[in-house]
Amino acid sequence: MFNPQAEAMPVKELRKLQGERLKALVARAYENVPFYRAKFDAQGVKPGDIRGIEDVAKLPFTLKPEFREQYPFGMFAAPMKDIVRIHASSGTTGKPTVVGYTKNDVDNWAECAARSLACGGATAHDVVQIAYGYGLFTGGLGMHYGAERLGAAALPMSSGNTEKQIMLMKDFGVTVLCCTPSYALQIAEVAAQMGEDLLKLPLKSGHFGAEPWTEAMRKRIEELFPLKALDIYGLSEVAGPGVANECLEQHGLHVFEDHFYPEIIDPETGDPLPDGQKGELVFTCLTKEGVPLIRYRTRDITMILDEGPCPCGRTSRKIARLMGRTDDMLIIRGINVFPSQVEDVLVRIEGVHPQYLIVVDRQGNLDTMEIKVEVTEALFSDEVKKLEALRDKIHHQIKTMLNVSAKITLVEPNTIERTLGKAKRVLDRRKLT
Amino acid sequence: MKVRQISIFLENRSGRLASVLKEVGRAGVNIRALSLADTSDFGILRLIVDDVDKGVQALKSTGHTVSLTEVLAVEVPDRPGGLAGILDALSAAGLNVEYMYAFVCRATDKAVVVFRFEDVDAAIAALKKAGISILPAETVYSL
Repeated sequence: MFNPQAEAMPVKELRKLQGERLKALVARAYENVPFYRAKFDAQGVKPGDIRGIEDVAKLPFTLKPEFREQYPFGMFAAPMKDIVRIHASSGTTGKPTVVGYTKNDVDNWAECAARSLACGGATAHDVVQIAYGYGLFTGGLGMHYGAERLGAAALPMSSGNTEKQIMLMKDFGVTVLCCTPSYALQIAEVAAQMGEDLLKLPLKSGHFGAEPWTEAMRKRIEELFPLKALDIYGLSEVAGPGVANECLEQHGLHVFEDHFYPEIIDPETGDPLPDGQKGELVFTCLTKEGVPLIRYRTRDITMILDEGPCPCGRTSRKIARLMGRTDDMLIIRGINVFPSQVEDVLVRIEGVHPQYLIVVDRQGNLDTMEIKVEVTEALFSDEVKKLEALRDKIHHQIKTMLNVSAKITLVEPNTIERTLGKAKRVLDRRKLT
Repeated sequence: MKVRQISIFLENRSGRLASVLKEVGRAGVNIRALSLADTSDFGILRLIVDDVDKGVQALKSTGHTVSLTEVLAVEVPDRPGGLAGILDALSAAGLNVEYMYAFVCRATDKAVVVFRFEDVDAAIAALKKAGISILPAETVYSL
């Protein structure tokens, strides 16, 4: 544990601390951010109404489009002289969401990223290869500061240049790997082409996140690398990577809730849901000064695990592996499909590397789903009938697992677009018409 | 005796075959024989070339999915029923042909047929037993 005093704090004490921090946060937001003042007033709630953490439910939600409307600095509660860093989320639609960090914000974030790395057993002795992108995206710098805070050696690789990643991983004796799970698989693929045996390397833990993945993918990564593959969660609006991380139990992600207070709500009604029930994850950033985020709706679907204390000794609550997004759920002929389910099926089929693209279209009144799967050497056969059998097997498995009939198209390697190691999974052409 | 054939996965998209052949050409590798198996969705290009390793290297480094397959090249007698005789011998030995393709050899004006078997060694034994000559690999690469 990086900070046992905070991470193993008795729950009662933790709730008291959260309550105090929430009071200060609300006062800060109300005073300095016109956006929050207007929302609080509209809801008829005053900072004085907040007496403890249980009062969080009285506060209005913050939605991503609202955040974006405040572009560029409308959400900032601190003057620019106190802002030491600015990140922005990838603006795929319209303007990005811009987050400013004060010195304290960067410190708290580094602390949480260090806790994340320590969740996998990392210490000052480790060499941490950071293959998340560096830049406006929070992945690279977030883990970088975490590794340094831990006292470990940070190797700032950023994403891409895979052959060099592998060379340095080997030559520098890297012990901890941080990247997206799909990029981990790509590293393994290239290593195999280079004739490098990753299983001989001294790797011990991997922190994989920034995109949804599955248990099957974890199993695959752990077969390809000699490490414990851990799920890490974060989002730039809240801080970046290090909001939550799995411990070595590999059963749920500990939320560093002295800084990031989690709630699960019904995405339709906004009502808070009890632990153990699936819904939308909402965060309140208790200590944030630059952008004090209140009840931010992440659109991520998960649940707070309703279980006893974790054997690892951390007292913070755990969230389950993300189950999808409130907004990436595809409805194909009335059936709900999450891309992660498709991925799960693909990874289970021997040899199928999960580089895939789901293309959804509408012909007449009928939705069609096509899944393009890249053919790697592992599954290529020189015989037509074997490739057709593979295609039919994928089709059958998808049909069985998801109850949707999909056209399976085998495509050449590297034809599916990858952006910053984050593969694009869905192309929904229905939205264009 | 066993000829190393390069197989390449092709998406059914215009320009894919040209792209593969261009890479092979750029590497200075000459094609000896070629066959294309296609379905509505994808194709498999099978090549016999003069420099197998160089060809594979050129294709892999440009991101193509390739594999090596062992095939046999048999010279077919230049008379009616020549090929049928060979297939009879194989059938008598209980051997199944996965696929085959033919090309004409410039030097001898004879037809050469490339066979792919599940069990290459059993096929060699059966062909030898039937007195059918299998072309040495070196001969095929330099045809």
